[in-house]
Amino acid sequence: MRLSYSYALEAKALSVFYGDNKAVDEVSYGFKRNKVTAIIGPSGCVKSTLMRAMNRMHDFVPEVKIEGSLWYESEDIYDQRANPVLVRKKIGMVFQKPNPFPKSIAKNIVWGPKINRMSKNYKELIESSLKRAALWDEVKHRLEESALSLSGGQQQRLCIARSIAMDPDIILMDEPCSALDPKSTASIEELILTLREKYTILIVTHNMQQARRISDEVLFMYEGRLVESGDTEQMFENPRIGQTHDYIRGKFG
Amino acid sequence: MQVRMVTNSIFKGFCFLSTFTAVAILVMLLYHLFLKGTSHLDLDFLNSFSSRRPGRAGIKAALWGTLWLIGLTSLFALPLGVATAVYLEEYAEKSRLTRLLEINIANLAGVPSIIYGLLGLAIFVRFLGFDRSLWSGSLTLSLLILPVIIVASQGAIRSVPLSIREASFALGAQKWQVVLFVVLPAALPGILTGAILSLSRAIGETAPLIIVGAVGYMRFIPQTPNDDFTALPLQIYDWASRPQSGFHDIAASGILVLLAILLLFNLNAVIIRQKLQRYPS
Ligand SMILES: Nc1ncnc2c1ncn2[C@@H]1O[C@H](COP(=O)(O)OP(=O)(O)OP(=O)(O)O)[C@@H](O)[C@H]1O
Ligand SMILES: [Mg+2]
Repeated sequence: MRLSYSYALEAKALSVFYGDNKAVDEVSYGFKRNKVTAIIGPSGCVKSTLMRAMNRMHDFVPEVKIEGSLWYESEDIYDQRANPVLVRKKIGMVFQKPNPFPKSIAKNIVWGPKINRMSKNYKELIESSLKRAALWDEVKHRLEESALSLSGGQQQRLCIARSIAMDPDIILMDEPCSALDPKSTASIEELILTLREKYTILIVTHNMQQARRISDEVLFMYEGRLVESGDTEQMFENPRIGQTHDYIRGKFG
Repeated sequence: MQVRMVTNSIFKGFCFLSTFTAVAILVMLLYHLFLKGTSHLDLDFLNSFSSRRPGRAGIKAALWGTLWLIGLTSLFALPLGVATAVYLEEYAEKSRLTRLLEINIANLAGVPSIIYGLLGLAIFVRFLGFDRSLWSGSLTLSLLILPVIIVASQGAIRSVPLSIREASFALGAQKWQVVLFVVLPAALPGILTGAILSLSRAIGETAPLIIVGAVGYMRFIPQTPNDDFTALPLQIYDWASRPQSGFHDIAASGILVLLAILLLFNLNAVIIRQKLQRYPS
């Protein structure tokens, strides 16, 4: 056991295997509290795979094996004794494609808190979560309507609100804007910047400008390895490694 | 160029002719039924028991028997079928054994219904001693439609997108909660459609019911599942096989009632589908 209170989440030599194939190769990194950390890299460099390891979403895929450790609070979430359900309650996830439940907007928000018996004033919870996700004004008069009737950007903000309703510490976002138009993307980016005050955010993105606009730190991944990481300004202005430079300048990927 | 166009129109004509023939036969059949059946079709017909005189015979016993069968059969087959589908899709290891099981279930859906009748006779009538009661009839029909319900439910469960399962896991849900509160509600329209269509198949079945000993002539309504029973197709069969033409006419009336019930069922399937899709719970 070690205390890693300085970080919200700390990977130590974390590897992910698909069968015998080592997809994520010993990534070590401390994700700082209340910061937005962007994970960038060319397609197939296992960004999503790494992200899904952060809240044990690989548990449902039998052929995936994990090595190394991932520290949250003072606990390794891959320890035998760790409870994956508790982990996922504290580390929320927003997916690439908006995936609201085919239920009403209100039910989408309260679904998680209800099944986890986080008994609360649900009306208030719905309002505060939607407000924090900057969606309240658009949907306050139609809370009972199907979530599927919302636009793509609204659906994605609903999914963010749904995560927020669980009162997580960390929110993982895997290319949350890739299915959205520029206007919705802008509103989500704005939202992420405000969420930083309360949550730690890890975001995968393909969009260099986006990474630059919203992140505090950047991780550059290539072929399963963490090539370079650092402060966003520094990574974009003068990366230490040539590969990073080439990728950021759009020479490959 | 020419040849291709000719081939094209020949094929089109052939398809049209096939469709036309099928529809024409159906229309003729219905016309015939209406011509013979409508004159007897009134409340008295629905509300009186069978009789030796065709003019006074009705389908009360058969109608109630069929309603009993529908109720009991759905009570047995639905939970069992859906639970089996959930197990196969959500919990069973994707091994060769599971695959074999699935193939066999799919094949069972195609087994002639009379075989189920024989199975019902051996198990329910004789071995379990249910005799010729509604228990035997409805359990036999349950066996008959179980494979269809399982296969339909499996399809419906499988078509629930992975993305909303992941969404629920990411909210700290456990497997059973995901299955019960997300997957099943989302699969419900498909499951219900399959269930209704297979039940409507069960309603029209005659052979297995004859084998498990449903009676053709009955002058009372079954009060409990322990009672004897008759059903619409049996009553129709009974009348149609008599020599007097008066019975043939009321057989046609019986068929019209049966068709009306089937139509109602299928209509329901369509409505449920649309309602549940438009207003997800
Ligand atoms: N279930 C799986 N079994 C085996 N291999 C997998 C599985 N899922 C993903 N992979 C492999 O892992 C590699 C990385 O996939 P991943 O989705 O993590 O990349 P990514 O960086 O997110 O790519 P993108 O930018 O396109 O989203 C791919 O080569 C893929 O084939
Ligand atoms: Mg990805």
